[in-house]
Amino acid sequence: MAKKLKRKTQKVHIAFTLNGEPCEVAFAPHKTLLEVLREDLNLTGTKHGCELGECGTCAVLVDRKPVLSCLVLGLTVEGREVTTVEGMQLADGSLHPLQTAFADLGAAQCGYCTPGFLLTAKELLEKNSKPTRDDIKEALSGNLCRCTGYIKIYEAVELAAARMRGEAAEVPEEVVLGLK
Amino acid sequence: MSKTNPKPTRVVGKPYRKVDAAAKVMGLTKFADDLVRPRMLYCKILRSPVPHALIKKIETSQAEKLAGVVAVLTGQLLPIAYGILPVSEDEHALCIDKVRFVGDPVAAVAALDEDTAFEAMNAIEVEYEPLPSFSSIPESLSGPKSKGPAGNGDESESWRIHTYGESGNIHKVVALEFGDVEAGFREADRVREDVFFYEGSTHLPMEQHAALAEVDGDGKLCLWSSTQTPHYVHRALAKVLEMPGSRIRVIATPNGGGFGGKSDPFQHEMIVAKLALMTGRPVKVTLTREEVFYAHRGRHPVLMWVKTGVKKDGAITAMHFRTFLDGGAYGSYGVASTYYTGALQTVTYPIANYKFEGVRVFTNKPPCGPKRGHGTPQPRFALEVQLDKIAAELGIDPVTIRRDHLIQPNSLTANYLRVGSTGLAACIDKVVEASGFKKKFGKLPYGQGVGLACGSYLSGAGLPIYWNNMPHTGVQLRLDRQGGVCVMCGSIDIGQGSDSILAYIVAEVLGIDPFDIRVLTADTDLTPVDLGSYSSRVTLMSGNAALQAAERARDLLVQAFTEKYGVPVSRVAFADGRVFDVEKPEAGISFAQAVQLAETKFGTIGTVGSYTPPVSHGKYKGAGVGPSPAYSYTAAVAEVQVDPQTGIVRVDRIWIAHDVGKSINPALVMGQVEGSVYMGLGEALMEEMSYRGNRNTVHKFPSLLEYKSPTTLEMCDVKTFLIEDPDPQGPFGAKEVGQGPLLPVPPVIANAVYDAVGVRIDEIPITPDKVLAALRSKGEEHSPQEAGVTLGTREPHRYGPHTIPSFDWPDPVRVRTPWEGGDGKELLREAVHAKE
Repeated sequence: MAKKLKRKTQKVHIAFTLNGEPCEVAFAPHKTLLEVLREDLNLTGTKHGCELGECGTCAVLVDRKPVLSCLVLGLTVEGREVTTVEGMQLADGSLHPLQTAFADLGAAQCGYCTPGFLLTAKELLEKNSKPTRDDIKEALSGNLCRCTGYIKIYEAVELAAARMRGEAAEVPEEVVLGLK
Repeated sequence: MSKTNPKPTRVVGKPYRKVDAAAKVMGLTKFADDLVRPRMLYCKILRSPVPHALIKKIETSQAEKLAGVVAVLTGQLLPIAYGILPVSEDEHALCIDKVRFVGDPVAAVAALDEDTAFEAMNAIEVEYEPLPSFSSIPESLSGPKSKGPAGNGDESESWRIHTYGESGNIHKVVALEFGDVEAGFREADRVREDVFFYEGSTHLPMEQHAALAEVDGDGKLCLWSSTQTPHYVHRALAKVLEMPGSRIRVIATPNGGGFGGKSDPFQHEMIVAKLALMTGRPVKVTLTREEVFYAHRGRHPVLMWVKTGVKKDGAITAMHFRTFLDGGAYGSYGVASTYYTGALQTVTYPIANYKFEGVRVFTNKPPCGPKRGHGTPQPRFALEVQLDKIAAELGIDPVTIRRDHLIQPNSLTANYLRVGSTGLAACIDKVVEASGFKKKFGKLPYGQGVGLACGSYLSGAGLPIYWNNMPHTGVQLRLDRQGGVCVMCGSIDIGQGSDSILAYIVAEVLGIDPFDIRVLTADTDLTPVDLGSYSSRVTLMSGNAALQAAERARDLLVQAFTEKYGVPVSRVAFADGRVFDVEKPEAGISFAQAVQLAETKFGTIGTVGSYTPPVSHGKYKGAGVGPSPAYSYTAAVAEVQVDPQTGIVRVDRIWIAHDVGKSINPALVMGQVEGSVYMGLGEALMEEMSYRGNRNTVHKFPSLLEYKSPTTLEMCDVKTFLIEDPDPQGPFGAKEVGQGPLLPVPPVIANAVYDAVGVRIDEIPITPDKVLAALRSKGEEHSPQEAGVTLGTREPHRYGPHTIPSFDWPDPVRVRTPWEGGDGKELLREAVHAKE
């Protein structure tokens, strides 16, 4: 019994940068990045919706690009830079403008798909500081949300983008109060 | 418009952030699968690969021998049946002697890691003896072609999916008549019959169901689960495990989406609880996405026949509504679902005489149950599309036929539902004006169209699921001398913001910041019972309980304050974290100091609130489904484009106005409206539970990729209007919003498709193949005016069912309508026959 278990769980060891900090972790070599993050590093902010690459829920950034963490092996991030939702806050501990906007507009209802949306949107805003509504739809088209109908998510991304451009953007009334 | 003249509010009505929003955007919220306990085992569940079979043998020895396997469980160890409704306790944690659908749980394992559990699950061998399977409404209505498991004439009843129910595979039959529909049809100027079909769909929450069970040193059990109904899970566990409820604790974890799909007590919850008791170790299970499709409990596929009589002006003299529900393999909420397919037709437009007949059958498919709108989107689709056809026949426009015949506020319907406030007129006016409906309807170029539809939904079911006279919800409030306020309630936040609603209401009454309040919910050891997050009940019911508890706490503080400072009670105000005399605001004390005064005078400060809905007016058998303290109202206009070459329907925009009574938080109300539009759009255009293979009982695509749901690229633009017609039954006048706004969406799209290309798609979802089939049946004629709408006969330019199965309906329960002098009770059978 002991012999069999030992062979099955023989671990590999990698080093990479996780949320801006050096990280070393040992895990069974067949594990996906999603599993390594959740099970070996206790970063449960990254969620799973299908574990088949269909829903975008498990999206994280690898070298600043969105990656479906359920489709890549943990081994592949050796020496690379991984960002999860736990690493989105700014250096002073305050929320990233996307996080603030998502919270203020109700873009996170159940909150389960939210980390994947936040990270995908973060990458969008890094390469396009003034995205149109269609740019946002295109960028987020691989992320499913069943609660919001995406509307508050678009509005939150637009609000965060404006604030990140340095504009003193307020929450538009019709977004939180409805039309008159 | 407001019937009350409310005081200005400081928290209620403001678009505050949700109390759990920061945790959610930081990834800190702990969902069930995020929980890990020391020495935790992993559970996997073996499910049936066949749709209907007797279990002859389950061989677990190979699985038990595997290194790392700690326990293997079969149904013999959990022999007690359970089910959400007391009338259909037809489920077992694991099937014992037969399986009823592909995906039915048969055995479970607990192992040191997930891979071992998976391997062990696959090492279990089950021997099945196939039974005839039933995959459709007509099949189940007619029974097997030949008797016996092998069709060999054996008289045993093993072909029946369940041996309870009406007969054969017929689970439930309902027949109700209010007034006299035949007389109503005779009074009508026009009578129209239509047949509709609404395909089943599933909730598809992004979070797969998960549960974790743990037993403490004293043998007490704790279950964490992503459930919408911790109280019902608590009851089911006590029953199935034969343990006192006092030794079981159920903690509902924040749901990563529910939509009704986490409202039943589930097999996996019973299984991990039993495995934890057997092994003495924590055991966790997380369903795979495929298993979530089997857990289902989603929208019933419903075939409908509607006969409606109207006067020339569109007033409805009589409606006869028949529904046929494909229930899948178990009861679930199905008896309630059956009633719901006939309950809410009456609450939008007055129906002078109303007859409803419904039948639910068992089939060998995953069980259907409550999905957002529970049993009402299907008939609402039929009703709103038929009304459009009637309007066209009568030469009335779709706005007028609705707007001129609206249910009156504070009235009783034919089936004794009491309508309180109704802002439907305002809803219609708003969307018609904003969309420019009157300028567009019938006037847009071919391929573009607009439609209108309305809907209404409950603000909480008037009756509990199991018979009792206790409150439906309770809130306990604890105030401490540091100024801390903790609100405790059994309600569970499934993303709709119910935790926040508790905080906002308490903050409003006590004049404090909602973010200073600790909200503790959905823990059966710590929080008073709330029946669950279903039937759009939580804001109204828990909100009222929170209001009562907060007002009682406020009273204690007022007494202590007035005693100390000699200020009259009427002048004491609570605001900005202070308690003060309204005439000398600057001289007040802090909220914490007020609590200290009260604690000095009364001892520890704790109050409770509870809520029980008003007694319903209907007293007939079946009157329990439909009553609610208040009804929300919605109107919607859709603008669509239909490509006649491909049949693809693209919804550009939906204008929607929802009468929520009063928004406790308008941003959250908008979120519910937009989310409902989204889910309705998915059902209207693409979502369907489809089956194939072995007699059409194997799920065609149990995956997120192949079960099509709207992405950002399919979602339409939404223009939301919140109509506030406060209802005296709701806290601050609030009614529901979580489900009602879905109801008009499928029919509004169907009506807009007709306006665009002149074909009627009387079947949901409206997929391109159906649009093309309808267009082809029309040939080259492109003018919507030429679409043949012929009374009670086949229309050439449509897609949809033409017939319903013949069925021998029983004599209905007969009830006199309120306007016939009825008292809500059913007429005695003898009296009925004497009358005839």
